[in-house]
Amino acid sequence: MRRTAAVLVAGVVLGSVAACGDSGNDSAKADTVAYPTRTLQIMAPAGAGGGWDLTARTIQKTLKDAGIVKEAVEVTNVTGAAGTVGLAQLATKHRGDAHQLMITGLVMVGGIVTNKSAVDLAQTTPIATLTAEEEVIVVPAASPHQNLKDLVAAFRADPASVKWGGGSAGGTDQILVGLLAKAAGVDPKKMKYVAYSGGGETKAGLLSGDLTAAVSGASEFKDLVAAGKVRALAVSGAKGVDVGGGSPVPTIKDNGFDVELLNWRGIVAPPGIKAGERAAVVALLDKLHTSPQWQEAMKQQGWSDFYRSGDAAKAFYDSESARIRAVLVEAGVVS
Amino acid sequence: MNDLLSGFATVLSPANLLFAAIGVTVGTFVGVLPGIGPALTIALLLPITFSLDDPVGALIMFAGIYYGAMYGGSTTSILLNTPGESASVATSIEGHQMARRGRARAALATAAIGSFVAGTISTVLLSVIAAPVASLATSFRAADYFALAVLAMVCVTALVGRSVVRGLLSLTFGLFLGVIGIDSLTGQSRFAFGSLELLDGVGIVVVIVGLFAIGETLHAAARGDEPSTVEHVGSGGLLGWLSREDWRRSWKPWLRGTALGFPFGALPSGGAELPTFLSYTYEKHRSAHRDEFGKGAIEGVAGPEAANNASFSGVLVPLLTLGIPTSATAAVLLAAFQIFNVQPGPQLFERSPELVWALIASLYVGNVLLLILNLPLIGLWVSVLRIPRPVLHSAILVFATLGVYAVSNSVVEVLIAYGIGVVGFFMRRYDFPLAPVILGVILGPLMEEQFRRALLIGDGNLTVFVTRPLTAVILALAVLALVAPYVPKLLAKARGRDEAPVKKLVFAEED
Repeated sequence: MRRTAAVLVAGVVLGSVAACGDSGNDSAKADTVAYPTRTLQIMAPAGAGGGWDLTARTIQKTLKDAGIVKEAVEVTNVTGAAGTVGLAQLATKHRGDAHQLMITGLVMVGGIVTNKSAVDLAQTTPIATLTAEEEVIVVPAASPHQNLKDLVAAFRADPASVKWGGGSAGGTDQILVGLLAKAAGVDPKKMKYVAYSGGGETKAGLLSGDLTAAVSGASEFKDLVAAGKVRALAVSGAKGVDVGGGSPVPTIKDNGFDVELLNWRGIVAPPGIKAGERAAVVALLDKLHTSPQWQEAMKQQGWSDFYRSGDAAKAFYDSESARIRAVLVEAGVVS
Repeated sequence: MNDLLSGFATVLSPANLLFAAIGVTVGTFVGVLPGIGPALTIALLLPITFSLDDPVGALIMFAGIYYGAMYGGSTTSILLNTPGESASVATSIEGHQMARRGRARAALATAAIGSFVAGTISTVLLSVIAAPVASLATSFRAADYFALAVLAMVCVTALVGRSVVRGLLSLTFGLFLGVIGIDSLTGQSRFAFGSLELLDGVGIVVVIVGLFAIGETLHAAARGDEPSTVEHVGSGGLLGWLSREDWRRSWKPWLRGTALGFPFGALPSGGAELPTFLSYTYEKHRSAHRDEFGKGAIEGVAGPEAANNASFSGVLVPLLTLGIPTSATAAVLLAAFQIFNVQPGPQLFERSPELVWALIASLYVGNVLLLILNLPLIGLWVSVLRIPRPVLHSAILVFATLGVYAVSNSVVEVLIAYGIGVVGFFMRRYDFPLAPVILGVILGPLMEEQFRRALLIGDGNLTVFVTRPLTAVILALAVLALVAPYVPKLLAKARGRDEAPVKKLVFAEED
């Protein structure tokens, strides 16, 4: 609790987090138990083929390939509502079962807020954060906006004149636009955000001329950037990266707006597991992370390393939940 | 051309031929089983292919699965009135009537051959005009999509059936199912009643399985023994499957179905379902055998089946040239490409020509394989009808339940499917048409979403629907389709000959 409170400077969700903050007991001195002792279940709270599923299956494969566990590892998919269906199952049905882990990520943090989920991430036992992907802001090649400053200047002058497009309402992409609006001094409620059901539809919307700018995962627009059909204005991470154009694209911070957002993914255990079990799961993930097989898999998938485990992971989950809730409330997505 | 030939060289290697064969076989069976569709199958097979070094084989297999499922989907629609995919719903309307009249063999044959014809023609189109079609498809804006949805809605009135009131009630039920869940534009939930499972809406698979597979089973159980279907023996025509008459009546619908399926597949948010419904409507109105519609007209099978296969090559156009997936299966295919570090987009043809052309060549090969696989299977499928009904229907029920559970991993979804099944039973009992429900589920959300998107982009100004020529033209066509049937009558009235026997232009169903 002490650490949790220190992190929650924003304090917006202090009440809700504190109410259930006892689940992730600090366990520095707890005895590590033998783990796993039977089949390890990893739940991907989304359909097969998506990012969470891929993360779960990559962990499954790496745990076996690197010889970290001898027991069977199974991946299950529980689809629905930005992962909150899976989250609810984890918190109720699997309570206290350390052999049931679940993949989570920024999208779930947003989903908990927009879906008014009864269960929130603070009720789980955070284990680790794993990987992260940058977001990118792009405009059509014919757009008059040459850089992010131009675009934001137009946005400031007349917020309604800029039509932003990206993934589902309350998702990563809208969160980024909301954060950018706040940093630029524009009321996030005034932004015109058009939600599409996926990267493909967003692309079509940008190319057809419906949108002024689109926001998406950095890999999504690679080919269109390389072909010169769209122009990448900024990426959302800490340092500039190449998103297909051949040279690094500056960050949002480089453009003078204090915004950093990564679409991260992590792993949690159910609430109510013993301190020793928690330490053992954290140790397992530490081993996974340092294995050459995991490093290789991340490189292959184009994921950047975003590893933090144990208490550091818990602190991050808490602060991120508070930040995302605040921006979604300010953007008027939830009241 | 050289590229295509080298593509054939790649595909015709033993290993890749084997992948293509596995793909089409798996796809056929997946299509036959209600609930389990190509998207789910490919997603489940993805992890297995991680260990393959060469992405070409895996992608060839996946394309085969999609094609195979489109073929296979027609089988259960025709024989048992339980379509496995939404794209086969239109086929079931006439196809099942044909089967009940002992013409299952001809129905399956026209579906298989029509799929082959459409698949081959549309693959040729894909190899030749992919780039211009893609740039045309991406010029469609939200307002245009709305206009297109309105046009489609007006055009497919034939699905409404004999009673307009019943048809509209069915449509309304479909529209209602379509609004359940999180509103995509604002993130607010509608009709979810606090249930997490309902937040994502009622899936089209759940609706189809419930309405058709479960509803049909309940209906069959309630009406007891129906006279067993008598199979037509020795039709004697060319190749034995179709009579000369059947060929004569099938070839034009095949071509028209292809012409509808390919462009709709290429449109982002076009999909495979709409062209099948449009094809059905068109064939019904153009047919010289209109009286046979509703009683098993072969045109009503030939057209939609060609349309759903042609749409796949269409779907590949924006997927390969722009990296835009236009259907659930295409989205999973896109994920597969990305796993193999291949990014579909404008540069794919230059960067990985061997892969693209091998994939396109595999479509030609897959079509041939499917025809070889399916024509002999027709005899086997038809004999399915000889299985005693109680056994057959309990098997359907088991597969339907499994299918829904496999897709969602959720008991609640299974219960929803059964709930819809009960509705489906009463709809059958009281003669409500089922196809409008599917139409509502598919078209309703599309129409609403694009309408609101267009307004959001146009700052709430309704003029966005008339300022662009494309939108205005499509909407004008919709109005024309709506009023055209009444024009001759009105003209006659204006001339003062109100009782004159004018030939009515028919676009909408007469009641």
